[in-house]
Amino acid sequence: MSAIHELSVKALQQALQTQQLSARQVTEHFLARARNHGASLAHLASDMAPQSPSPSTPGSKASCGAFLSMNEAHSLKAADESDRRIQAGQARALEGVPIAHKDIFVTQDFPTTAGSKILAGYRSPFNATVVSRLQSAGMVSLGKLNCDEFAMGSANENSAFGVVHNPWDHTRIAGGSSGGSAAAVAMGLTPAATGTDTGGSIRQPAAFCGITGIKPTYGRASRYGMIAYASSLDQAGPMARSAEDCASLLSVLCGPDIERDSTSLDIPSADFTLGLNQDLQGLRIGLPKEFFAKGLSDDVRDSVRAALDALVRLGAQLVDIELPKTELSIPVYYVLAPAEASSNLSRFDGVKFGFRAQGYKDLDEMYLKTRSEGFGAEVQRRIMVGAYVLSHGYYDAYYVQAQKIRRMISDDFQRAFSQCDVIAGPVAPTVAWKLGEKSSDPLSNYLADIFTLPASLAGLPGMSVPCGFGEGHMPVGLQLIGNYLKESQLLNVAHRYQGVSDWHTQLPGSAA
Amino acid sequence: MSLTLQEISRIAELAKLQLTAPEREGMLTQLKTFFELVEHIKSVDTQGVAPLSHPYATVADVALRLRPDVVSESNAREANQQSAPDVQKGLFLVPKVIES
Repeated sequence: MSAIHELSVKALQQALQTQQLSARQVTEHFLARARNHGASLAHLASDMAPQSPSPSTPGSKASCGAFLSMNEAHSLKAADESDRRIQAGQARALEGVPIAHKDIFVTQDFPTTAGSKILAGYRSPFNATVVSRLQSAGMVSLGKLNCDEFAMGSANENSAFGVVHNPWDHTRIAGGSSGGSAAAVAMGLTPAATGTDTGGSIRQPAAFCGITGIKPTYGRASRYGMIAYASSLDQAGPMARSAEDCASLLSVLCGPDIERDSTSLDIPSADFTLGLNQDLQGLRIGLPKEFFAKGLSDDVRDSVRAALDALVRLGAQLVDIELPKTELSIPVYYVLAPAEASSNLSRFDGVKFGFRAQGYKDLDEMYLKTRSEGFGAEVQRRIMVGAYVLSHGYYDAYYVQAQKIRRMISDDFQRAFSQCDVIAGPVAPTVAWKLGEKSSDPLSNYLADIFTLPASLAGLPGMSVPCGFGEGHMPVGLQLIGNYLKESQLLNVAHRYQGVSDWHTQLPGSAA
Repeated sequence: MSLTLQEISRIAELAKLQLTAPEREGMLTQLKTFFELVEHIKSVDTQGVAPLSHPYATVADVALRLRPDVVSESNAREANQQSAPDVQKGLFLVPKVIES
């Protein structure tokens, strides 16, 4: 048998239920790996993560900086409960399988920071619905994962608690904003993780770290307890090694949350593993010409093309389609998301949670100092943009106009889906870039989101599937976009592709 | 788009962000570059297009629900206040706002 951290969710599930492995044994193994290879800067500041383990080697070559907090006693207690249930024949669907959560989900058992200093020391009185659902399915939470501050970023360089290093090359970014989730899975610190995707934050880091991730249809996963960045775009989803693993996690994670999330769709979840292994014969895969235009680097194009060829060999046919407003997705997204963010982040004022600045003379100055010291540069930039486009005289010209173009972008997808079943293309124009390369120029980060933003704006399910290696032997991701509620179809295409490819089973040297 | 330093100050005040003079300058430069990218959305013809807020509304009617206005949570004052910077006798403390 392979080492425990090389096993898939499915293999772990089987080994646990047949008692070849105990949940305690599995949990201890991953906790040790997380402790040794996942520590972040947060572990240096004990007030940031009250229950974090002692620092191992933060920032060292062996550590990717993915974990922000752990609570080993809690994780082991949950593992023991899983073992008891397994022995009593009461195992739940994912009993004893570990998972770690993006630190954007609030949790009772771990601190929650959203990667921001302004939430330092915050303990949530409740669990996010997504976290509760996974726990109710028997999953053992290992801890919380680094991310860009309030999920704003494409490189995980905007966290107040340090960057996340790409496990394939520590001098490169892991992608963002779910960079900690992607790196932790790639490095074998957890078999699965939760992520959130607002403009590509599951798909892009999954692509950059060589793992599989899916963002479901907007409204399928509850946003309750997911710290809001851009409410009309934010969506949770699983990140793991394979489509098959993502399918079992997604089945648990989705479902209506009518009482707690007003945007939740009243559509039941499904067992997404049942749709795997469908024949691809006759499947029409649409290739948007805008996704293969200039700006796409050759190494990414070659890997994506080779993956498409493999899908053709499995019986699919390729259809040329157009998504003419692809480029407009960037300005539309960067008006809508900051507008919603500026509104959502007004709740952080130094009164109810977390950080309050020192040395103020009145209430107004307390707000000003707390927010200026508590928020990082990118968050402040987006709050400013958002407050501006929502302000008197600009609301119609920017915000409403962007919402109208958003509908046009969504309508373009519906036209495209009359010609094809699934849309495919690259996740990002290049492989993961070097740490620091774009951090001084926020706009160049924004431009790199071009292929993930359209599906986000349309609220469509999208996934990233490893499809090769490009420049510097860095992973490349194939993006698959489905029509609303077609998660099962996406997962099937990805699973069939993973049946004839082995990119998703390859591990970086750092995962040894 | 002719964004000015005065506007930066006004927006910062609205957003409750305190920017130093050099920060204001930096923000002005960055926002100017940003709005150059965004400017051309204004020239897109959106006549007769309704704004989209819930994306699933592209294909089906989506009504934002309201729940019944009844108590659904139990009192969890202590848990809710455990992370507050300053609390006394179950109340959130802020600097004095009423002149005596």
